[in-house]
Amino acid sequence: MLKPSSKPAAPLFFKIANLLRLDYPLAIALVLLFGWGTVVLYSAAGESFNAIIRHLIHFGIAFFAMIVFANIPPALLQKWSPYFFAVGLLGLFTVLLIGDTGKGAQRWLDLGFIRFQPSEIMKIAVPMAVAWSINRHPLPPTLFQIMATAGLIIAPAFLIAQQPDLGTALLVASSGFFVIFLAGIRFRYLFSLLLIVLIALPLLWYNMHAYQKQRVLTFLNPESDPLGSGYHIIQSTISIGSGGIYGKGWLNGSQSQLQFLPERTTDFIFAVMGEEFGLLGACSLLLLYSFIIFRSLYITADAQETYARLLAGSLSLTFFIYVFVNIGMVTGLLPVVGVPLPLVSYGGTSMVTLMVSFGMIMSAQAHRRLLSG
Amino acid sequence: MKQKDKIHDQYLEASIFRKRAMIAALFCAALFSIIVSRLLFLQWSSHDYYSTRSENNRIQIQAVPPNRGLIYSRSGVVMAENVPNYRLEITPEQVANVPATITALKQYLDIDPKDINQFQQRLSGARSFQSIPFIFDLSFDEVAKLSAIKHRFPGVNITASSVRRYPFGSLASHAIGYVGRINDADLLERDKANYSGTDLIGKTGVERYHEDTLHGSVGFKHVEVNAQGRIIKTLNTTPPIAGRNLFLTIDIELQRAAETALQSYSGSIILIQPSTGDILAMVSKPGFDLNLFPKGISQKEFERLNQNTDHPLFNRAVSGLYPPGSTIKPIIALTGLESGLQTPKGQIFCPGFYLLPNDDRRYRDWKRTGHGLVRLDDAIIESCDILFYDLSLRLGIDRISPMLKRFGLGQVTGIDNTAEARGTLPSREWKKKMRGKPWYPGETLITGIGQGYMTMTPVQLANMAATLANRGIRYQPKLLYATQEGGNLLELSQAVPIEAVRIKPDQMDYVIDAMKNTTQHVKGTAYRAFQSARYPVAGKTGTAQVFGIAQGEEYDSENLRRKLRDHALFIGFAPVKQPEVAIAVIAEHGESGGSVAAPIARKVLDAYFTSYLHKQ
Repeated sequence: MLKPSSKPAAPLFFKIANLLRLDYPLAIALVLLFGWGTVVLYSAAGESFNAIIRHLIHFGIAFFAMIVFANIPPALLQKWSPYFFAVGLLGLFTVLLIGDTGKGAQRWLDLGFIRFQPSEIMKIAVPMAVAWSINRHPLPPTLFQIMATAGLIIAPAFLIAQQPDLGTALLVASSGFFVIFLAGIRFRYLFSLLLIVLIALPLLWYNMHAYQKQRVLTFLNPESDPLGSGYHIIQSTISIGSGGIYGKGWLNGSQSQLQFLPERTTDFIFAVMGEEFGLLGACSLLLLYSFIIFRSLYITADAQETYARLLAGSLSLTFFIYVFVNIGMVTGLLPVVGVPLPLVSYGGTSMVTLMVSFGMIMSAQAHRRLLSG
Repeated sequence: MKQKDKIHDQYLEASIFRKRAMIAALFCAALFSIIVSRLLFLQWSSHDYYSTRSENNRIQIQAVPPNRGLIYSRSGVVMAENVPNYRLEITPEQVANVPATITALKQYLDIDPKDINQFQQRLSGARSFQSIPFIFDLSFDEVAKLSAIKHRFPGVNITASSVRRYPFGSLASHAIGYVGRINDADLLERDKANYSGTDLIGKTGVERYHEDTLHGSVGFKHVEVNAQGRIIKTLNTTPPIAGRNLFLTIDIELQRAAETALQSYSGSIILIQPSTGDILAMVSKPGFDLNLFPKGISQKEFERLNQNTDHPLFNRAVSGLYPPGSTIKPIIALTGLESGLQTPKGQIFCPGFYLLPNDDRRYRDWKRTGHGLVRLDDAIIESCDILFYDLSLRLGIDRISPMLKRFGLGQVTGIDNTAEARGTLPSREWKKKMRGKPWYPGETLITGIGQGYMTMTPVQLANMAATLANRGIRYQPKLLYATQEGGNLLELSQAVPIEAVRIKPDQMDYVIDAMKNTTQHVKGTAYRAFQSARYPVAGKTGTAQVFGIAQGEEYDSENLRRKLRDHALFIGFAPVKQPEVAIAVIAEHGESGGSVAAPIARKVLDAYFTSYLHKQ
């Protein structure tokens, strides 16, 4: 029983959060992250209120989606998993045949009323399908089960790579892999798998598009083409490095305000943060991300259903991979891959997908009493 | 086993998950710490490096060219000035429809289709916010017309830049020189940074010689630019330092008088102040309009000038090489007196020709009948060649050559003008070196009357006359009278003395007296030219052969083409006692020093003695 408090707003908020089956520490952290990101976005977008309003609308829709999914019991998700995956795979086939072309790659599917990327669905559908497949047998999975499940990862990853969108293909594949990892794949299989990947790397290189190879080469030596393919990474490291410890101040980053930094509202928004708010700003963002990831893993561990645990754990780790790949790219640690900074970059589709995954994470934890009771 | 396979062990599965989640969390933490160390590297240890690179991105330095110094005459008449040059520019970004705008502008301007073509080429290579030049060199009328309708054409602008103008056109063209567009060769010996905003540079004459004084120092503007290069704001400005104004030693009126006096002859006149080396007039004819060059001379126009057989672009005053002819006789006479091989009173009989022992060649006098018995001073007054043949032979080239050198002949004078030629001072060593042959006595003979290998520039001859006027004191001839910074007081340039020619005063007086009688004695070669002059003049005429006449051949000037006629020369100074001015005149193919060059000199000296420069 809660005592009447001098601040009734807080308990009321918790009550509502509980009612909506939200994990309020996680929800607060997500809102804080989004808010912090919006401050940076306002500067990156050239102080455009229109962009901020659209950004808020995206977040509103995404937040609603999170609440919806937080209230769907994992058992239901488990039942839907194969169908969801099938729809996504069909979408991938369709997009290869009749998809809309944007920025030189076929990624979009236009259904008349909505335009979306099937690869975005796969970010959730693949871990769902893999968790569903693994969970049909007791853990840990046997080699045979792993081999049987591998198709659920390889097929969509291959199709996405054909669009071509190697970055998303790798992210989708890794989300599937995380399920297998969390299911307790034996380490000897894991290391064999790593060995196979290492051997397959040259094969991958030969099958890469010229622009993808160029990205890798540029990553290894950005100064070789400072005005061409190396431009992004050079300007982004200059932005971050010139920010120093305290940054140049909000709206005062010359790299971003004078448009030297490309794609500053989307993929490279972390460089704006680094320039205007310095090391302290960048680290505060990293702290928020760390909290979100560890909190997600923590509440997932409390889930009572194996399927829910595997799915939510994989989604948490995938979220981490997004953050790491984006910041790694912007700071020059990784090659340029078109991955937005989760919940900070401008863009609606990825925000909805991400918040849906947080909805699923919260659902995994929120529904344990129902199951145990 | 199979039975057990179907049953999920909740505790086992939860514990597997916890272990794996823990590994994953550690993995995440490890990767995040890699990012943090990368951020520390970028933002802490390499911060200075990236700060500099960010500033370099942001800040561009733009040059602000200095105003070029003006050139004035001695008395302050502008001879070279900077005038605005208007051009029409279009900023594509601000113009809705560029072709339509051009069509509309055609109602107000005569637009050459070539201009439109070139504009389109510039347009395709430029950024849309840049102002692109469309029509260069608008007239004042066009500027007025456009200013009235400009508000109807947003994005169309009239901009003014500075261009050099020479108000007197061709007057003193070689002395002033001209500026032209800078090319790579111009910048080889100059500080490129100082010229980063400058279009024009001195190409010839004083404009080139005093380039460093005239140009000034470039200013800079730090501007903030965005990634497209558009200027956002000006951060700070270092203003340029304008070039200094030059005041030339040249007097406009005397220059004009001298150019008129030379009539249609090609040639040169130099009027010099012996006491300072100041050149009061420097004529090289034909000249050319200096205004052809600053805006860029057309190929056709340049070829017309360059292929003209009179070579108007050639600066005869400092680059023209002429045999001095009889004008060097005073120097030969001084050599004779100084050596003691010739007494003031010693006489010789002049039959009109001279014979060398063991040589059947006749060295002729200009007067075929001869001068009869002549003394050294008579030989100067009447310009008798025979006495000088004899004297030269007795002196030998080894005595003549050093004396000519002491008077600065065959050596650069150091005048502040471009392309000064050295001329030729013949000597035994010179011939051995240049021709690989020994010196012959016959060559000494003709050297004594200023012919043969010997060539001099007009400025050398004028300075020789000035040195005689100074009785041996020699100054470097100069065109720079003073410099001026902004509107400040003039800083006068100092006379530069050169080692004096030490001659005994009585010997000097003897020769100068003979030169005076050249203009005053009835037998003097310049007597007619200086009849009734109100100032005493010491002078010497010269008639220099352009080519040698073969033995026995008649000299028939009527039948010679103009180009083969002798050059007419005169050197002199006035007044004899306190000389104020010295002169050298060369009228190419003027045939006679006495009847062509001396009357020209008379006109110039008359102008001097009626000018403000004459000390009463």
